[in-house]
Amino acid sequence: MSAVIEPGHTEAAHDHAHGPARGLSRWLLTTNHKDIGTLYLWFSFCMFLLGGSMAMVIRAELFQPGLQIVEPAFFNQMTTMHGLVMVFGAVMPAFVGLANWMIPLMIGAPDMALPRMNNFSFWLLPAAFGLLVSTLFTAGGGPNFGWTFYAPLSTTYAPESVTYFIFAIHLMGISSIMGAINVVATVLNLRAPGMTLMKMPLFCWTWLITAFLLIAVMPVLAGVVTMMLMDIHFGTSFFNAAGGGDPVLFQHVFWFFGHPEVYIMILPAFGAVSSIIPTFSRKPLFGYTSMVYATASIAFLSFIVWAHHMFVVGVPLVGELFFMYATMLIAVPTGVKVFNWVSTMWQGSLTFETPMLFAVAFVILFTIGGFSGLMLAIAPADFQYHDTYFVVAHFHYVLVPGAIFGIFASAYYWLPKWTGHMYDETLGRLHFWLSFVGMNVAFFPMHFVGLAGMPRRIPDYNLQFADFNMVSSIGAFTFGATQLLFLFIVIKCIRGGRPAPAKPWDGAHGLEWTVPSPAPYHTFSTPPELPVEERQP
Amino acid sequence: MASHEHYYVPAQSKWPIVATLGLLITVYGLGTWFNDLKAAREASHGPLIFFVGALFIAYMLFGWFGAVIREGRAGLYSPQMDRSFRWGMTWFIFSEVMFFAAFFGALFYIRMWSGPWLGGEGSKGVAHMLWPNFQYTWPLLHTPDPKLFPPPKAVIDPWHLPLLNTVLLVTSSFTVTFAHHALKRGDRRKLKAWLGATVLLGACFLALQVTEYVEAYHELGLTLGSGIYGATFFMLTGFHGAHVTIGALMLGIMLVRIQRGHFDAHQHFGFEAASWYWHFVDVVWVCLFVFVYVL
Repeated sequence: MSAVIEPGHTEAAHDHAHGPARGLSRWLLTTNHKDIGTLYLWFSFCMFLLGGSMAMVIRAELFQPGLQIVEPAFFNQMTTMHGLVMVFGAVMPAFVGLANWMIPLMIGAPDMALPRMNNFSFWLLPAAFGLLVSTLFTAGGGPNFGWTFYAPLSTTYAPESVTYFIFAIHLMGISSIMGAINVVATVLNLRAPGMTLMKMPLFCWTWLITAFLLIAVMPVLAGVVTMMLMDIHFGTSFFNAAGGGDPVLFQHVFWFFGHPEVYIMILPAFGAVSSIIPTFSRKPLFGYTSMVYATASIAFLSFIVWAHHMFVVGVPLVGELFFMYATMLIAVPTGVKVFNWVSTMWQGSLTFETPMLFAVAFVILFTIGGFSGLMLAIAPADFQYHDTYFVVAHFHYVLVPGAIFGIFASAYYWLPKWTGHMYDETLGRLHFWLSFVGMNVAFFPMHFVGLAGMPRRIPDYNLQFADFNMVSSIGAFTFGATQLLFLFIVIKCIRGGRPAPAKPWDGAHGLEWTVPSPAPYHTFSTPPELPVEERQP
Repeated sequence: MASHEHYYVPAQSKWPIVATLGLLITVYGLGTWFNDLKAAREASHGPLIFFVGALFIAYMLFGWFGAVIREGRAGLYSPQMDRSFRWGMTWFIFSEVMFFAAFFGALFYIRMWSGPWLGGEGSKGVAHMLWPNFQYTWPLLHTPDPKLFPPPKAVIDPWHLPLLNTVLLVTSSFTVTFAHHALKRGDRRKLKAWLGATVLLGACFLALQVTEYVEAYHELGLTLGSGIYGATFFMLTGFHGAHVTIGALMLGIMLVRIQRGHFDAHQHFGFEAASWYWHFVDVVWVCLFVFVYVL
């Protein structure tokens, strides 16, 4: 720390007047929000394929009753790692990638507020997942206690790799918190003059609220894994009743993180869909203000519903009632959102390009996931559904056609802006229909086997579930294989295709469409004038 | 928003990669170390790997903060950049608040619900059948299974060292504020005196905390392994102590920077950030004093 000012040695000497650096250093050392967004998106897609392969192992084992392909111990590692990789490696980084690419473009900012920290946030993720996935190859095997890692399964009875798992979670948490701080600082501080909060695209709003949730709950996750670490290695008894602790304490702290976490995975998708549906309906979003308030209400409620994951562990009656009713309240703001999306489409001049197909499927199928969530929210009914495939069906309906379709819709919507080329519309639609059919064939039957009593996370099952499981597996294989088509479409779009104009969608609004396609390496180095249409409320 | 024109976007930087490598090596070393300790394996590489990682992190901290300090002093940061730093620090402190909230939440849950249930009270008192002889009291001077978790003979008396520590930390919150006012008046002599006093108070606090831990371990039998009281006690006070250490280091570095002539009456966010952090640490202590020691 020299007190002498050495302008020649500051990293500022270069400032940001030129294009990307060459070679690997461009990606390793970058501070550019578009580069970092690209890194996040590719990392997320790699993790999506990795987590997807694990799902394929699970579905292959469940194709028929009996144990055929993998050992039960390995099956447990697959269910655990599939969940962890998809939640923390695929869905969350994809949305951070979209935020990095789009928020500065949407609000007219030169970059993210803290660009070096932005790169740090990204690179922690490959480090964390390298550490986590490598445990699969160690002697005792990888984490095998489910992605919710309930104690004492994850403490007293855990394989040795749990220690690395804990530290990997710490790294992911640090990454998420820094990424979220960057989003908050960018949205609050870097908006172009005239871009008031209530004029921001809804994607910025939902991400602002998501970032708040992340900063609030990722430290709680860090706290709970730290308690695990102490119980495992330093003799504490947080989750051990023999010392006066309580295993249920783990579940409370975990789900205090875990429930907001599910909104972290869906709110950015709400925002993206709220841009896409108006574009292809050629109408402004219906009820913008109510969308903002509904998102904030969902975020608030997400903090007071966590024990609905724990109805069967022995929560006092008053608690069961409170958490049941509070959970049901979430249906109100969510209903507002669905109503607004439908009303936006009402009497619009609809066209169904690939982003719109994914967005419409999002609205319909996410709503199905919401309804099964309401069923699960009813405490006495949940006693029957708990830990069955009905739960698996529920959260895959909100995560696959919810979060992931939201990501696909966003990717197709903004690919022309990112690459400067139009993607292949025919292949895009094929990708949609195969995903749509595959996903429903995979997950819809899970409702039935779940209601009939098939438990989750078990490699074998009763013969009566055989037909539905085979159907599920066929759907899952279809859905999985289809994602290679998506990879092909993206690569094809990067390498060439019809040149995209600055605004490839005639119904689109927003600052991101005022810059050329592909977006130049640096945009809005000085803040833009808002287009006339954006100045009206 | 006239300050919009020149928002500083740094060019490429190696520090994020160095930081990532440092953290990865550190946690890999720690994990290996802990696992080898638990399995009683000799000749563990863990400590060495951890040490290498820690060196990386130290190098990164010096380099990265050094770069930021140079840029700030070169006048590259606009008022808008300043606001980004302020938002960043604010939300970082909020994340720290939530980290402590997890441990406070665990403490409240044990004391309000699961502890009494284990002792046979309330609607879930059926848990009592696990250890029928267990009686719940707080502080927990009897554990359900004393063989696994030998209970403490007594717990720390709040009205001796902890009370003194409370006085020390609360005083230090005032002294750091006096230092801030001196800085804003441009009175460098008083600034150094008050800031030096703050760091000194922090160091005294830590020394007393160490004394208290030694007493707990050697005389009271209050350890991490002495049941849930020891677990919550050491986790809350221990993480707080770690944060006091970080805060005192931050303030100490600010003192060094002030000695070298950094900061003026208007541009001193580094100092303010450290003092915010110090106030946060202070507030956590007050909560600790009330809920861990006294009540």
